[in-house]
Amino acid sequence: MKALLEILEELHPEIDFETHKSLIDDKILDSFDIITIIAEVNDEYDVAIPAHEITPENFNSASALYELIERLMDED
Amino acid sequence: MRKKKIISFVILILVIVTLALLLQKLLMPKYMTKIVEGALIAEYYDEKNKNHDVIFIGDCEVYENLSPITLWEEYGITSYIRGSAQQLIWHSYYILEDTLKYEKPDVVVFSVLSMMYDTPQKEAYNRMSIDGLPLSLTKMKLAKASMLPEEDLITYIFPLLRFHSRWNELSEEDFKYWFKKDQIAHNGYLMRVDVKPASSFPKPRKLADYKFGDICYEYLDKIVKLCKDNDIELVLLKAPSLYPHWYEEWDSQIVDYAEKNGLLYINMLNHLDEIGLDFNTDTYDAGLHLNLSGAEKSSVFLGRILQTEFNLSDKRQDKYLKAVWKEKADAYYEMEADQYRELEEYGYLLKFNMKRSEENNQ
Amino acid sequence: MLFTSYGFILFLCVVIGLYYIIPKRFQWQLLLISSFVFYYFSGWSNLIYILVTIVSTYFIGMKLGNLNKQQNLYLKENKETLSREEKKAYKERIKAKRWRWLLFCLFFNLGILAVIKYTNFAIANINNIFTLFKMNELSFVNLIQPMGISFYTFKTMGYIIDVYRVKYEPERNIGKLALFVSFFPQLIQGPISRFDDLSLSLFKEHDFNAKSFSFGFQRVLWGYFKKLVIADRIVVAVLEITRNPETYDGIFVLVGMVFYAIQLYADFTGGIDITIGIAQMLGIEVKENFNRPYFSKSIVEYWRRWHITMGTWFRDYIFYPLSVCKPMLNISKSSRKRFGEQIGKKVPVYLSTMTVWFTTGLWHGASWNFVVWGLLNGFVILVSQEFEPLYAKFHQRFNVRDTFGFRLFQVIRTFLLMSSLRILDCYRDVGISFRMFGSMFTKFNINEMLTGSLLKLGLDISDYIVLLIGVIVLISISLIQRSGSVREKISGKPAIIRYTVYVLLLFSIVIFGAYGIGFDSNQFIYNQF
Repeated sequence: MKALLEILEELHPEIDFETHKSLIDDKILDSFDIITIIAEVNDEYDVAIPAHEITPENFNSASALYELIERLMDED
Repeated sequence: MRKKKIISFVILILVIVTLALLLQKLLMPKYMTKIVEGALIAEYYDEKNKNHDVIFIGDCEVYENLSPITLWEEYGITSYIRGSAQQLIWHSYYILEDTLKYEKPDVVVFSVLSMMYDTPQKEAYNRMSIDGLPLSLTKMKLAKASMLPEEDLITYIFPLLRFHSRWNELSEEDFKYWFKKDQIAHNGYLMRVDVKPASSFPKPRKLADYKFGDICYEYLDKIVKLCKDNDIELVLLKAPSLYPHWYEEWDSQIVDYAEKNGLLYINMLNHLDEIGLDFNTDTYDAGLHLNLSGAEKSSVFLGRILQTEFNLSDKRQDKYLKAVWKEKADAYYEMEADQYRELEEYGYLLKFNMKRSEENNQ
Repeated sequence: MLFTSYGFILFLCVVIGLYYIIPKRFQWQLLLISSFVFYYFSGWSNLIYILVTIVSTYFIGMKLGNLNKQQNLYLKENKETLSREEKKAYKERIKAKRWRWLLFCLFFNLGILAVIKYTNFAIANINNIFTLFKMNELSFVNLIQPMGISFYTFKTMGYIIDVYRVKYEPERNIGKLALFVSFFPQLIQGPISRFDDLSLSLFKEHDFNAKSFSFGFQRVLWGYFKKLVIADRIVVAVLEITRNPETYDGIFVLVGMVFYAIQLYADFTGGIDITIGIAQMLGIEVKENFNRPYFSKSIVEYWRRWHITMGTWFRDYIFYPLSVCKPMLNISKSSRKRFGEQIGKKVPVYLSTMTVWFTTGLWHGASWNFVVWGLLNGFVILVSQEFEPLYAKFHQRFNVRDTFGFRLFQVIRTFLLMSSLRILDCYRDVGISFRMFGSMFTKFNINEMLTGSLLKLGLDISDYIVLLIGVIVLISISLIQRSGSVREKISGKPAIIRYTVYVLLLFSIVIFGAYGIGFDSNQFIYNQF
């Protein structure tokens, strides 16, 4: 989780990712951010987030994103 | 609440329909000056006394060259010219069909010049020949038969859809004649008293094919049948206009057709001397159309034939008709006097103050 | 059949009438039949193409669904006996099978689209190479492009990919799938609906609802107003300018650019208004395709608000899959190693963005104009992305970000930028487009506007007055829209005001619409796409 937060904060230092729950709905993360995140997550956790998992629900908060990463790691 | 809603909805529809009709009347061309021949077709339906011995159908060769007033004054024949600008044969057929809904004449005279066209020529002439008819199945059939590819049938039901774009060219005339139009013709005759002598015409072009189109014959057959079914004598007429050139080859086809169908065919071009036409004085546009004096001479000639051939009775002693035609004749002579006065004063006729080059073909 | 033909209006009246008369369970079937009748009028041979797409998509969708079911069943039944590795291997096998079916479906249907749309473009380019080597030229083929093929193909491709991703179950009723693909109001120019968005209301039984019916009708009228009064009028001047680049350069390019922006907006959003309005009259909800795009403050925002269903389609089915696929992630890794963290991380973004914009351009039309147009869009987006830190510094220094003046500046800048790019949409080829764009700066002469030359473009003063009023109405409505639905606002007013608005709208279309003899009836710009 800590590594994920670092990735996110590097992109948007002004946002408090631990509390923010509507990153997509508030248009904080755009599509460029999303694919950057996915590439770095792939690096950090060695898990590939497939395109169909790119949904507002999965990316609206850091915790939701972390849950997704854990689920994908589990499936492997 | 529900009732109130329905009532207001009905009111809304009524307002829309009323507005549409008002706008349509305003935006449709009035044809009261310049292109006055556009008003001819509609004028018939305002005629109170729709009971004629003779009905003429055709293009400017009838409505400019023959005068019903003369036919009345000379022979006591009642007649009406259902002419319109460049009336093609399908126009003539359906206009006759529509006329027969109102009256049964003894004789119908059809001007054969339009046999030369077997395709629609110009949208403007379609509008002039069709818009004047009241809405009916006949009108729809006529529109369908006449339309150019770019036209839509619905515009003959709702002419507003055709003339809506005139909003930026509305003139005083459109407002003046919004609800009431002047009478511009005399039982379908369009009067002109001015004179322009005929000069020489270009030598007629040789045509590749002289045979009239199949569609024209089809409609001519239909006209023959329509008259037969209604017990009407049909006469084919070539009026004494020098142009467009009436080819020998065309003439003989009509001669043959008349013979085959037992019809009377009068080619007035063969009787110019007998009629007494002088193309130095009897035409207003150098031989295309006759002026008043020419039209009256032609009518004297034609009336005699019609009366002897078909035993048309002289109705000049009929009290009622006498009064009706007296009124018509008064208007006729008044217009004649007006036109002469205008000629004197301005050198030209006010109503027609416009280049008439577009009509060379009628 | 065009939306603006009398035939279409008659067809629509009949369909809507029947829709509320027949038993409700037949409603969707009536729409299916109507859609095919509508499509038939655009040429019966077109029916073959759309049928092939429907049938192939249906069966492959079913296959994908069945394979998925088979897998779940197998794994459930053998939950105890299979080892983790065995399960994984089985999953991989099924996945590979499903992947092959998906690829087949995509290649087959996109292949049809490609052959029909791009064969002549390919031949033209091959010929250019051939002439270089003095070889004989190939002749062009005569392929008639079925109406709306780009739109319905994209709809079906979205559907099949979603089924592959198990976003939803495949549709079991081929008739329903056929209706989704061919639903007539959106057949010509979209929006590119998603199956899960549209299907709910499309197949439902609908009672007549006076409010949604009248709201739909108002929207249709509004669409016709935009289309007939504005777009079909201004197009005369646009064509005059863009077809005669020798005569009209310099300031006329700017005029043409702005006029084309107005025409395209009025035409395209008007057509979509008609589509969504008709659907609403039928009780069906179609997703919005526009969100006042000309008020955008940046090009990225513009593409979020213009032709939304197309943008999200490219994002969801091309941009994301391409960006996160294994090869791309590997590229990302290696480029970061090679070029360092800052630059390396951008490589996948650049690659995906340019690919998406290349395909977007190609989708818009089979010509280099559109390809260049697409690539330029991508380029501008990336450049503005790069300038982001610079903007941030600017805003730290000058606190203008939220002032009205600065926002207005941003809106106008974005509008002019997008209009400039659209020059490529207007002129014959890429070279002329660039030359014309250049002439705006080299030959700009404001005096040309003062000599009445605007009146020589085929529009007279009354046309300009109508256009001016029309555009003012357009802008006002958009401004009002920012605080909620205009129709809701009107419906709250007394009947007399409401009715006056309807009557005015109706008669302004009938009287001021540029239709009928004397006006060329223009096809919707997006018709052939």
